[in-house]
Amino acid sequence: MKKLWNKLKVNPKSAPYYFLIPVIVIFGVFMIYPIVKSLMLSFYSFEAGDYHFVGLQNYLNLMKDPVFKKSLFNTLVYLVVQVPVMVFLALMLAYLTDQAFVKVKAVFRISLFLPAVTCLVAYSLVFKLLLNNEYGLVNYILNFFGIDGVNWLGGSISSKISIMIAITWRWTGYNMIIMLAGLQTIPHELYEAADIDGANRMQKLLRVTLPNMKPIILFAAITSTIGTLQLFDEPYILTEGGPDGATITVAQYLYNTGFRYIKFGYAAAISYVLVIIIAVLSYLQFKLGETDS
Amino acid sequence: MKKRKGNPRSETLKVKIVTYTLLFAAAVVALFPFYLMFVSSTLSTGDILKIPPTLSIGSNLLVNLENLKDKINIGRVVFNSVFISVVYTFLTLVINSLAGYALAKFHFKGRNLIFALIMGTMMIPAQVLYIPQFTMMTSIGWANTFKAVIIPSLANAFGIFLMRQNMISFPTALIESARIDGFNEFSIFFRIVLPNMKPALGALGIYNFMTQWGSFMWPLIILSTNDMYTLPVALASLDGLMYKDYGMMMLGASISTIPVIVMFLSFQKQFISGLMGGAIKE
Repeated sequence: MKKLWNKLKVNPKSAPYYFLIPVIVIFGVFMIYPIVKSLMLSFYSFEAGDYHFVGLQNYLNLMKDPVFKKSLFNTLVYLVVQVPVMVFLALMLAYLTDQAFVKVKAVFRISLFLPAVTCLVAYSLVFKLLLNNEYGLVNYILNFFGIDGVNWLGGSISSKISIMIAITWRWTGYNMIIMLAGLQTIPHELYEAADIDGANRMQKLLRVTLPNMKPIILFAAITSTIGTLQLFDEPYILTEGGPDGATITVAQYLYNTGFRYIKFGYAAAISYVLVIIIAVLSYLQFKLGETDS
Repeated sequence: MKKRKGNPRSETLKVKIVTYTLLFAAAVVALFPFYLMFVSSTLSTGDILKIPPTLSIGSNLLVNLENLKDKINIGRVVFNSVFISVVYTFLTLVINSLAGYALAKFHFKGRNLIFALIMGTMMIPAQVLYIPQFTMMTSIGWANTFKAVIIPSLANAFGIFLMRQNMISFPTALIESARIDGFNEFSIFFRIVLPNMKPALGALGIYNFMTQWGSFMWPLIILSTNDMYTLPVALASLDGLMYKDYGMMMLGASISTIPVIVMFLSFQKQFISGLMGGAIKE
């Protein structure tokens, strides 16, 4: 008994385990268990309050499900178009605000970062107003210049563009700050050496800045990819997934399936497809980052 | 921040003009929606939906507030959001910095494995967890409670990582000498290590607060009555009404945005450098 007591005592040897207990318990109960449970659920159907084992049927149905295909397609469109554009913009703005001659750097940086602190629902409502078909300011400005207004939230392509504009507005500043952090780790000596070699601004950017920024660009690309694959708030508020499913995302379809139609098994299968996609894409991005260097 | 020396004469005027133009345009794009939101919260929906749109402050603020109070119990909703975010931030800081400290300053069996597993959780989309979490919460009677909003996301890989990175450089000698002075392990952490981590705690605290403050999908799933709603969920419910009163909605959006902006502006220096530290170390 006394031995056990001694073992349980908080000493420098046992302390780290005690310190990790809260985190491990919470991860265990609210993450590890749900992940396993979700996988199991995905092999069941939940109907009339009962679970039935259906094997791979949920996954087979998903492959034939037109709404799921649409949501997957939309999510991938957001990913392929929006992430590169945003990463480019973030890198460019970071580079510009990092130029030695720029005054009031902090004002620019804070202004550009501000969208990243606003709550997603609030800013989505503002964009809904801005992009309003009849009364929105964006169409007003277009009309002012003699351009026909766009049905921003009602067309199948334009609504996707609207979602992408909104996400880009919200997240570019955040990624810019991450890029800035990267810019500041590039050793000053590299630029001095380039100066001695007579490199001009463009050469320094291409030969010194960009190669050294690769890990950070990769980091921003991976976190943005994971974020985009989980996109929910913006389409939920801005377009409600419409028109006719043109903007619905995987996360939104999962929400509808699980919490509107209460098809837990089917929704769990959707979530596992999401896990697999995230794992594969992150792996590919890592590999891509490795082979180049 | 190191100042980069450049030959000022080599900066051509053209480069300067292009740089400033781009930065200025980007800043306008970033800030304009805020302006529109604040201004619209003082206008009637009729004025907002006018052509040309009204872009100056109006006198409808109090009417919008009345309408907002009519539709949602705004005082209660703000209280819910503040309570959830504050409690969440406090608890998450304590448990994640404890874990970060264990991983930074102790050598023990399984340390690298635990750290790798924790970092691996970053790849798990939260949506995978929602259905089992929802059924779990329902079966233990936690549905529609604040605990259900707060507890599941308390352990957070980003927070653990950030605290670990900041604690690695904490002098081990100080910990050792505190042990010799008879401090126990918990008081070493709370009285010696943690007070030295204020900048990192501040940055992470603001980040956690903002994340919880804006969190939408999980509260939407787990909270089912008006009196338990957080601001984002209540705002979304306004948008679902048949008649969209934009003046009232923009006031609601402003109420949810102003606290985080004030918080961010007051601590922006620590916040940005703290966030940057998290992104670059290792």
